[in-house]
Amino acid sequence: MIERIIYFFSDPIAQKVILGVAIIGAISGVVGTFSFLRKKTLIADAISHSVLPGVCIGFIFAGTKDPILLMIGSLVIGWFSVWIIDYISSTTKLSEDTSIALVSTLFFAIGSVLLSFISKSGNAEQSGLKNFLFGKAATMTAFDIQVFAIVSIGILLIVIVFFKPFQIVCFNLEFARSIGVKVRRIEFLLSTLTVLTVAIGIQAVGVVLMSALLIAPAASARYWTNKLPIMVFIAAIFGMLSGVMGVMFSTIKDNMPTGPWIVFALFLFTLLTLLFAPKKGWFSIRKRNKLNSRKIAEENILKIIYHLKEEGNSTISFGNFLEKRTMDTILLEKTLNYLVDIGFLKDSKKLFTLTENGELEAARIVRSHRLWELYLTKRMNFKDDHIHGTAETIEHLITPEIEKELLKELDFPTSDPHNKEIPYA
Amino acid sequence: MSQNSIEVHNLSVAYNRIPVLWDIDFELPKGQIIGIVGPNGSGKSTLLKAIMGLIPLSSGFAKIFDKELDLVRERVAYVPQRESVDWDFPATVEDVVRMGRYKKGKLFNRLSSIDKHLASEAIEKVKLTPYKDRQISQLSGGQQQRVFLARALTQGADMYVMDEPFVGVDVATEKTILELLISMKNEGKTVVIVHHDLQTVSDSFDYLVLLNTRLIAHGPTKEILTEENLQATYGGQLNLLSKIRNIIKNKDFPMREKGFEDK
Repeated sequence: MIERIIYFFSDPIAQKVILGVAIIGAISGVVGTFSFLRKKTLIADAISHSVLPGVCIGFIFAGTKDPILLMIGSLVIGWFSVWIIDYISSTTKLSEDTSIALVSTLFFAIGSVLLSFISKSGNAEQSGLKNFLFGKAATMTAFDIQVFAIVSIGILLIVIVFFKPFQIVCFNLEFARSIGVKVRRIEFLLSTLTVLTVAIGIQAVGVVLMSALLIAPAASARYWTNKLPIMVFIAAIFGMLSGVMGVMFSTIKDNMPTGPWIVFALFLFTLLTLLFAPKKGWFSIRKRNKLNSRKIAEENILKIIYHLKEEGNSTISFGNFLEKRTMDTILLEKTLNYLVDIGFLKDSKKLFTLTENGELEAARIVRSHRLWELYLTKRMNFKDDHIHGTAETIEHLITPEIEKELLKELDFPTSDPHNKEIPYA
Repeated sequence: MSQNSIEVHNLSVAYNRIPVLWDIDFELPKGQIIGIVGPNGSGKSTLLKAIMGLIPLSSGFAKIFDKELDLVRERVAYVPQRESVDWDFPATVEDVVRMGRYKKGKLFNRLSSIDKHLASEAIEKVKLTPYKDRQISQLSGGQQQRVFLARALTQGADMYVMDEPFVGVDVATEKTILELLISMKNEGKTVVIVHHDLQTVSDSFDYLVLLNTRLIAHGPTKEILTEENLQATYGGQLNLLSKIRNIIKNKDFPMREKGFEDK
């Protein structure tokens, strides 16, 4: 396997293909970010399906797979599809997603019909044209890649120059219009960049799957940053790596299309993102939940000891706890040990007492609980028998700042609605 | 020197072919806090968008400082409704406020340090400095509204046009916004606010436009706030007008015929 990979990267033909897909992947990530942020991902999908007739018409005119003519064909048909989708959704009662579905399938059907005409025409060059359906990176010639590189650099320059107009049109269209930005022109430019990107990508990825390369890198990149320039950069990296990995996977067996493998690689990055992304990733959410339930357990235990102490019981056993509250015994034991470790509890032969610090903390929690109960009755008109459940949760969330405000608003009360004493330190 | 901040003449608008504004006609003074007030669906926001050139008109025109909007764009700052954007956009408070320095014709230049300084000042004025590096979805509704206000302040305009800035904001934000509006007025700026509810904050308006798909009344608040006017504004829509409106919608009829106005 490793030998194969080393061979793969040292082979000059493979190097050329890798360079090609790296460029395509990176530029798709960049352009796709703006489609994603404008919530126009379906349009990107429609464009990639719609350019098939453009490729065929380009081929009919050229008689060969000339990249520039194929690109011009794609560009014209891609534009036309965007315009017709816009026209249908703005002048008929059909919604945008309906007109997208109608137009993209119609254009794809036309492309397929043209494709079968071309394959019967007897032109020797036509055999490669079917590769535009699912993509075949290996068919890219050195000239193709040169053209793609030049177009990509052009797209990148436009993105850099138009960064601010793109940003405000994506974020707040009305504001952009109010400061005099010609929004229609910017939108047209963004569509053009999408069409161009599709045009250079379809040979390696295929019209059916090209939209994945536009959308998935941006969707993943959004999880890793809150800054637009960084998001564009991360999307470019994801797109590039997915392209390269997809080509690598596809060489496992001869004559496999590249598109599906690139999609698998993209999916891998999306999966990794959903698992590991900061804050919104699965592991991050799990960790947060764990910390929350640990905090709840610790504070509940301290509170129970405090209550028992109020009832005149200062040394507490496991049994005392479980009488007061159902709790997983493993969690109970673990939490008790932890509270002993941080010096809130004293443990003498499995009988627990509060230390001085533990007493302060327990009093704080009980105070939070009772203050919140009072707040619920006084400010939110809760009945006395409805307040306990809410306060059980909120007590864990009251920060020192909120406590200060509560005390001020309730004017340092001495007892809660159940006539229990509110403890002060 | 012109006397009007906004002049609206014969302005009619249809939205998705349904007429929402009928022949609105008024002139607004400068240097005051002006409320455009009416119930939900009365066309207030539409009127604002029409004035800002954001939607096509069926008839009439709007002028700002007695000129075409395009000639005075830099003197007007528009604050859209908070719900009109997706706050999950990858941007911080500072990023959004700096957009206020994006100017037509200078969109391709980098922001200068003066631009950045103006943005920081505006963030300070709306009391968001501690939050300036926060992603904008991690703010409360009131804070988001203040971000929009700060962006408008950064534009350094003579007139501020705000669409429902008091919707869904906390008391602290309401107070901050009102204080800012008054200090803007004291600097001679004009503030136009679309507002749906006369119960709250209406004391702060010097001048009112009462609207319910047609113009009910406009003038200094004290003169306009009569029982009769309020009844007309909030007493529901006119029966016959609604019927005509439905016919226009169902028959796909134009709201205005063409070709007679220039005769």
